[in-house]
Amino acid sequence: MSANYQAGVKEYREMYWTPDYVPLDTDLLACFKCTGQPGVPREEVAAAVAAESSTGTWSTVWSELLTDLEYYKGRAYRIEDVPGDSESFYAFIAYPIDLFEEGSITNVLTSLVGNVFGFKALKHLRLEDIRFPIAYIKTCMGPPSGIQVERDKLNKYGRPLLGCTIKPKLGLSAKNYGRAVYECLRGGLDLTKDDENVNSQPFMRWRDRFEFVGEAIQKAEQETGERKGHYLNVTAPDPEQMYERAEFAKEVGCPIIMHDFLTGGFTANTGLANWCRKNGMLLHIHRAMHAVIDRHPKHGIHFRVLAKCLRLSGGDHLHAGTVVGKLEGDRASTLGFVDQLREAFVPEDRSRGVFFDQDWGSLPGVFAVASGGIHVWHMPALVTIFGDDSCLQFGGGTQGHPWGNAAGAAANRVALEACVKARNQGREVEKEARDILTEAAAKSPELAMAMETWKEIKFEFETVDKLDVA
Amino acid sequence: MASMYEMGDYQTAQTLETFGFLPQMSQDEIHEQIAYVLAQGWTPAIEHEHPSRAMSDYWTMWKLPFFGETDLANVIRELEACHRAYPDHHVRLIGYDNYTQSQGLAFVVFEGRG
Repeated sequence: MSANYQAGVKEYREMYWTPDYVPLDTDLLACFKCTGQPGVPREEVAAAVAAESSTGTWSTVWSELLTDLEYYKGRAYRIEDVPGDSESFYAFIAYPIDLFEEGSITNVLTSLVGNVFGFKALKHLRLEDIRFPIAYIKTCMGPPSGIQVERDKLNKYGRPLLGCTIKPKLGLSAKNYGRAVYECLRGGLDLTKDDENVNSQPFMRWRDRFEFVGEAIQKAEQETGERKGHYLNVTAPDPEQMYERAEFAKEVGCPIIMHDFLTGGFTANTGLANWCRKNGMLLHIHRAMHAVIDRHPKHGIHFRVLAKCLRLSGGDHLHAGTVVGKLEGDRASTLGFVDQLREAFVPEDRSRGVFFDQDWGSLPGVFAVASGGIHVWHMPALVTIFGDDSCLQFGGGTQGHPWGNAAGAAANRVALEACVKARNQGREVEKEARDILTEAAAKSPELAMAMETWKEIKFEFETVDKLDVA
Repeated sequence: MASMYEMGDYQTAQTLETFGFLPQMSQDEIHEQIAYVLAQGWTPAIEHEHPSRAMSDYWTMWKLPFFGETDLANVIRELEACHRAYPDHHVRLIGYDNYTQSQGLAFVVFEGRG
């Protein structure tokens, strides 16, 4: 028997606050940190978020009665205190899987973080975590290659990959740029990278860059006997140009291309991931704009959500901060989302900011990229924090070497291998950092010089976005 | 800071991937790395190849991977036997990780004279 239609405004909690609800395995679950306007009850805030991010609107409408909203609605099913914060609380919301188009991260985010973030009854709102049901994950293709395939293609085993971003970020001609790439690669780096804002500017058009970089890679491979690559940034004004650049990157023999997934957008990213899968190319993902979205502790989207979304949308590498370098990043929180990139199953762990068990099924893993203000003295900590399935990128820390890029690259490669060797021997690499590096430098003048150059540089500032702990 | 004429000139080296930038390991150090492979529960395996073909994905296997092997001495004996049989080849040790379906470690133990 259907209900009668009564026009007017109902309180959200009458329909969307369901504390007895037991979430289904197929539900998409979300945890929001809510900060309501003064005087609005928590249940009403949570219910409003559930309603506005699913089926509801502010007023009852007659056409609601033509469907079964009990089936389609999102439900706020739990409220929790935020440790050490009396103003905010966590709202847990369950969404039925049929609210979302298969394989569309764009659609999931449009629903979950759409209008609701501007809602007047809220002072702040932050999406802390999403539990994607395995049923939804199976509709996403994820990383084009993944960690295991990339290792096989590049022949890199038992250690992190070593890379660097070519500097200066902007202004080099294509030939001089290729020179910088060649010097890094011949010195022992596995991979070099376009800076995120290198696209196709007047000083260096993309086609010229790709040609010279292609030659740099081939020459370095022949001379060193090792596999090399450079992330050619194909981020472009429109998808058509992006695909054109991707095709040419493949043509010049580069194994990997690059995209900025937040400024480019999830639709573009998923499309490019599909192209990479079809063409056997690796995909490096940069995260420009992320701090705009994820840095405020009470508003926006936590990076762990963006990282999960990227793994589903597709990418073989994702920047994850460094913990120790020039950019923001708390250690436990970083480890929390690094797990989401690489593991097959991640259990709930509030000490790492992980709010849900997450089963990734058979989705390939993504290399965590540590990049930004790191140098050779950070190597022991980075190897310890990020482990083997990572890509450690030293930009200034390679090219700032007094003897140039090749020597800087060799210094980092020696330091990396010394740390891996020591770890395998059972040494405590972080504690014995100085000894391990000093021993290695005795046989490597390049490393000795690098250690001398960067011995005083530290980035010790308090993290702005801390985990919520009492 | 040294003047620009005193700086080192970095010469490109032929290297063999992991540990290629470290000085030749002592026998004890090599044994420690093999012990690490065994301690991880990985399957040790040996491959060899002539240096002129070192860039190919497939090197020739020495026998089969030593499934279930936990004794360091047995692995060392096989490495040495492979090296004796192919003195001009590179010989590398691999630790197959069947969980990740990848190689947990791979490094060249004997460099071929080529």
